[in-house]
Amino acid sequence: MKQIRDFRVKAYDRLNEDNYIIELGCDEELPAIKAGNFAEIQVPQTADVFLRRPFSILDADHKNRSLKFYVKAIGKGTRKLGELAEGTKVNLIFPLGNSFNTDHIRHALIAGGGSGIAPFILLAKELKEKKIKTIFLLGARTREDVFLADEFAKYGEVLITTEDGSLGDKGLITQHSIFSKHDFPYDKIFTCGPDPMMKAVARIAAKKGVNCEASLENMMACGFGACLCCVTETLDGNKCVCTAGPVFDTKYLKWQI
Amino acid sequence: MADLNIHIKDLHFKNPVTTASGTFGFGEEFMEFMDLNLLGGIFVKGLTIKNREGNEYPRMAETPSGMLNAVGLQNKGVDYFVNSIYPRIKHLHTEIIPNVNGGTVEDYLMVTEKLNETEGINAIELNISCPNVKEGGMAFGVSCPSAVAVTEAIRKVWKKTLIVKLSPNVTDITEIAKGVEGAGADAVSLVNTFLGMAIDAEKRKPILSTVTGGLSGPAIKPIALRMVWQVYQVVKIPIIGMGGIMNATDAIEFMLAGASAIQVGTANFIDPQVSLRIIDGIEKYLAGHHYKKAGDIVGQLMT
Repeated sequence: MKQIRDFRVKAYDRLNEDNYIIELGCDEELPAIKAGNFAEIQVPQTADVFLRRPFSILDADHKNRSLKFYVKAIGKGTRKLGELAEGTKVNLIFPLGNSFNTDHIRHALIAGGGSGIAPFILLAKELKEKKIKTIFLLGARTREDVFLADEFAKYGEVLITTEDGSLGDKGLITQHSIFSKHDFPYDKIFTCGPDPMMKAVARIAAKKGVNCEASLENMMACGFGACLCCVTETLDGNKCVCTAGPVFDTKYLKWQI
Repeated sequence: MADLNIHIKDLHFKNPVTTASGTFGFGEEFMEFMDLNLLGGIFVKGLTIKNREGNEYPRMAETPSGMLNAVGLQNKGVDYFVNSIYPRIKHLHTEIIPNVNGGTVEDYLMVTEKLNETEGINAIELNISCPNVKEGGMAFGVSCPSAVAVTEAIRKVWKKTLIVKLSPNVTDITEIAKGVEGAGADAVSLVNTFLGMAIDAEKRKPILSTVTGGLSGPAIKPIALRMVWQVYQVVKIPIIGMGGIMNATDAIEFMLAGASAIQVGTANFIDPQVSLRIIDGIEKYLAGHHYKKAGDIVGQLMT
């Protein structure tokens, strides 16, 4: 059930100058939250920041009634959200969107590019609970852009690629050796990141005949299916990423892969 | 408590607060957030004769105190509305008002005729002001003869309440308003979005796939308010006012300027429950100023 609820800023975990994790707490119990769900956060309004901002739910702590979001400060809204005093009231609409499908998997590969790690802690927890072996492949431009690797390591092996070779394998995420090895034991790929990267991952998945789910982050005005702004082209025509997604089976998307 | 009822011909709003087409889906998207029965009315998403996929992504750009959209009337067609959606929402105790669109007068007529056969629909909103479609839409609303022609044609087949939604992208909105009044409109709703654009300077590209789109939100409120006030001076039919209404004070301003009822639009995206707060706020205002009914403040601007 979707909620509109006031939270308070509990803490920030500053990953570097532009990246942070924000923890928001509330008084009431949290509703059920699934891996892949997102929230529309209302950053205190200014003339420049008018609409809510959608963020994947990174982690949910039902006992402490708090949610965590990974945020990359790329615009006025995301910067503003990173500058709030502890205790500032922030309104959320949540949980929104669909979730990852973790049924019938033996061995999962999670491929997160850049800021596309945002939905994966909740997913890692779910996979671990279901005793599904998981490997994490994180791609970034340089070592400074690799976040939460230690956190993911709690749930499985972590592999890293950086474009400049400063950490892990040098190159793009799809150039990692696991894709070229004869042995490809994974029967499900979860991906999130920039569109070209997700498309490249989906292409490999299609070639290997492995099911692939991608979490999309199209621009949204509402987040609950009213504005019809965040559409992506699917086999059934334009669908709202906020309600039909954000998680899509990549075979269903018209990505020309 | 003040009487909030508003009547526009066959149309009965239990209060002056309705939701604007294209910002409230078919109501269902908001059911988890509020009791829809409390609304005066719901202007549902624009309908066309055939399924429309709308424009390519990106369709939205946030702008100072507002947003641009270029959705382009994505909808599954009037038949799908009549057969699949309307049966799910017709039990609601609020007026459901379809928003009628077309590329030609024929298209408008075909959509209207389908709705004519649908029991329970007391009014339609004729959209001659959508800025995001290549054919028809705003083209009808920016010229007085074509606005009159399409209104006259629909008037002949639609006997119940006919509301014509006006475009602000005109030299003189009062001319169009007088024209559609003469052509038989029972009310006018104004304003639709303002044609605008947004640019990504780094990429040297427009943000919207269509280059231009419709601007809404508080950024347009002063202009919308001025247009409602101007139209109020020249027509006798009721006005349904909209344009950047975010709270009850905004709504009351539109009523003072001459609107009998208002539509809440873009604000629904930010606060899905905002309409209910606006109803409460209007009630408090009326009580505080000792008005007996909502209609008593319509056009009561002291100049």
